[in-house]
Amino acid sequence: MSNEEKVQAKVEVPMITFKVDGQTVSVPKTLPHPVTGKPEPISIIQACAYVGINIPHLCYHPKLPVAGNCRMCLIEYGMPVLDRERKPVLNPDGSPQIRKMPRQAIACATPVTPGMEVYTQTEGVIRSRKAVLEFLALNHPLDCPICDKAGECKLQEYVHQYGQETSHFFETKLEKPKKKAISSKIVLDNERCILCTRCIRFTEDIAKVPALGILNRGAHNTISNYPGTEFEHNYTLNTVDICPVGALTSRDFRFQMRTWFLSETPSICPNCATGCNILIHSRNGHIYRLTPRENDAVNSCWMCDSGRLNYKWVNDSRRLSNVLWSEAGRRDEINWETAISKISAALKSSTKGSTAILVSARQSTEEIFLVSKLAKLLEAQTDSRPRIGEGDFLLLNPDMNPNSKAIQIFGLASATPGANVSKIAKAIESGAIRNLIAIGENPVEMGIEPGLLSRLDLFVVCDILGNKSTLEAQYLLPGASFAEKQGTFINAKGRIQRFGKAFEPMGEARPEYWILSSLLSALTDKPWPNTPEEIFNMMAAELPAFNGMTWAKLGTAGMNLLSTTNTTEK
Amino acid sequence: MHETDSMVMEFSVPNTLESEIDELITHYPEKRSVTLMALHALQAHFGFVSDAGIEWIAQKLDQTPLAVLELVTFYPMFSREPLGKFHFRICRTLSCALNGSEKIYWALCEQLGLDKNVHKRQTTPDGRFTVEFVECLACCNKGPVLFLNEDFHENMTEESVSKLLTICNGDNSSERKGTGK
Ligand code: SF4
Ligand code: SF4
Ligand code: FES
Ligand code: FES
Repeated sequence: MSNEEKVQAKVEVPMITFKVDGQTVSVPKTLPHPVTGKPEPISIIQACAYVGINIPHLCYHPKLPVAGNCRMCLIEYGMPVLDRERKPVLNPDGSPQIRKMPRQAIACATPVTPGMEVYTQTEGVIRSRKAVLEFLALNHPLDCPICDKAGECKLQEYVHQYGQETSHFFETKLEKPKKKAISSKIVLDNERCILCTRCIRFTEDIAKVPALGILNRGAHNTISNYPGTEFEHNYTLNTVDICPVGALTSRDFRFQMRTWFLSETPSICPNCATGCNILIHSRNGHIYRLTPRENDAVNSCWMCDSGRLNYKWVNDSRRLSNVLWSEAGRRDEINWETAISKISAALKSSTKGSTAILVSARQSTEEIFLVSKLAKLLEAQTDSRPRIGEGDFLLLNPDMNPNSKAIQIFGLASATPGANVSKIAKAIESGAIRNLIAIGENPVEMGIEPGLLSRLDLFVVCDILGNKSTLEAQYLLPGASFAEKQGTFINAKGRIQRFGKAFEPMGEARPEYWILSSLLSALTDKPWPNTPEEIFNMMAAELPAFNGMTWAKLGTAGMNLLSTTNTTEK
Repeated sequence: MHETDSMVMEFSVPNTLESEIDELITHYPEKRSVTLMALHALQAHFGFVSDAGIEWIAQKLDQTPLAVLELVTFYPMFSREPLGKFHFRICRTLSCALNGSEKIYWALCEQLGLDKNVHKRQTTPDGRFTVEFVECLACCNKGPVLFLNEDFHENMTEESVSKLLTICNGDNSSERKGTGK
């Protein structure tokens, strides 16, 4: 994507010097337009953000074209006085003379010019902020106690900062549609809307579906879709994130939890090979929502709706949560130690090459790395199941596995992933394969019949939810979801990114890297690293593609692998 | 589109109107700029702007129906409901208001059985009369003034407006008068 180019452009463009609140700073002269990518003169709001000064704003969003309609970002500024030859007039002390402009300007739509002085904290500026907020509150219902946005609402934040306790307005507030279902995923409260048009700009300029507009005039302005149509595409919920107030609410999250009770864990969406950076919002071991986390090298500020809403399975009460052992038609709960020692004993006593391992491309890189070690040790045949869906132009990748790259790097799948399965089935039939280990994969669904599975000496399944294969498993090991462990995924472009742990695994479930590390330790009679960090560092030291990376260096934004970096991309 | 097919089928733009709009298109640098004029033309022909009309214009001018609806709802001169055969538009901007335009409005409403306290466009149940307040009609020295369809009437009094009503009541032709261009 051109995002990386954009970041580069930021470094290469010439700088411009101006003063803000008495401090002289240099910023890039231009920044790429958020949609076209064309360089544009840097605006005051962008320049201030660049040097860490935040100017209150509502309609401005760094990833959207500028609208300049809310007036929240008003500032005062001055320009150098020029003489007839357009040379700066100097003060007796040699400093340039500045003429303060008589009128305030909106920082989001005013470009920085050389020598300009910007004042963001004057009495006049504060007065404007108060006035703009008073206007915005005129017809606002102020129903924060029942608003989903409360706690993360920009209007609330600014009113808290600059608001006044009384209003000059005693008339009745306008009434507008209060809970308009504009789509299957979103409810719109037109009374809370401050008409910033962020939602309109997002759907038109980013998602390229011009589905929202403004009806009526003046104070009666109403955000709307075309009557009779629904606001439906795979990116609509991003409008809920960027709506600065609680006008657009997600049906999924509506009235579920007060935002301030949620803890945020940086993570990676596990639903496709794009690897959008996300935040898991959870409380007491329960996910309430996923939201995008900004990463310009991957997903900007966005994520798709299908990825965002696919998390319910993590808290599914039917999750596998006990270690089970079946023998002679009985199924018993056993503890992890017993399970690991029994499985390793069975593997130790079997001949090399008599094991097959099916490992999912949904496992973490560390887990896939350990599987490769296990496969090497047992001289096992391996494969992994491809999951192909429909991609789109914005983010969604047709590869619905988050970590196919890792499977590929460690050579755990056949050239056409899944093609080995029929060979493995035949080898089970002929008796050449006696042991089958499935990690996050469902062998029955991949084409190994239950009848064949019953011929195995050892059949281990490690999974999260029950399926036809977990019913057949001799050892059923409950694994951890992406929210319950740390790890990394390597996205389709070869960027390796860390996901964090939001809460403990359900019941007895354990992260698969721990299970694999325990099994390797038992098989080799020496301890294997058993934390994601240690496993990662071991792996990074072994593979040149990791180019000296460490867990710590990955940070929350991830890094590009060397050899898998897609060089053909323009 | 989403509208019932029958509605779309019932709606048809006569060739003369379509060629009028085609001709309008040639006057503007881009099709989008014709939207307002096309809406006027449609309203003049049909007496109001229907959903089907909005969708027809959108298609004709490569716009989304929403973009056309935005315009229709922005300008008070467009009506989404059929207007009466006789359309009274009474100015209520300062000069006319000072000269008693409210009295004219009340007189009309009372005689037509409409609610004089409602300040929105109202049409009689038989669909013959529409009455509404509008802003300055640019004849402020002769207030109160009103438009009856496209005809201008100055210095109105309660008596003169009653006379106008009598004339309207005597007109039994089905044609809408003065709605041409
Ligand atoms: S719904 Fe939200 S994002 Fe859209 S215009 Fe209103 S306040 Fe802005
Ligand atoms: S595009 Fe892919 S990675 Fe991004 S949110 Fe959607 S499913 Fe998740
Ligand atoms: S942020 Fe500048 S006008 Fe809204
Ligand atoms: S005020 Fe009535 S015509 Fe101008």
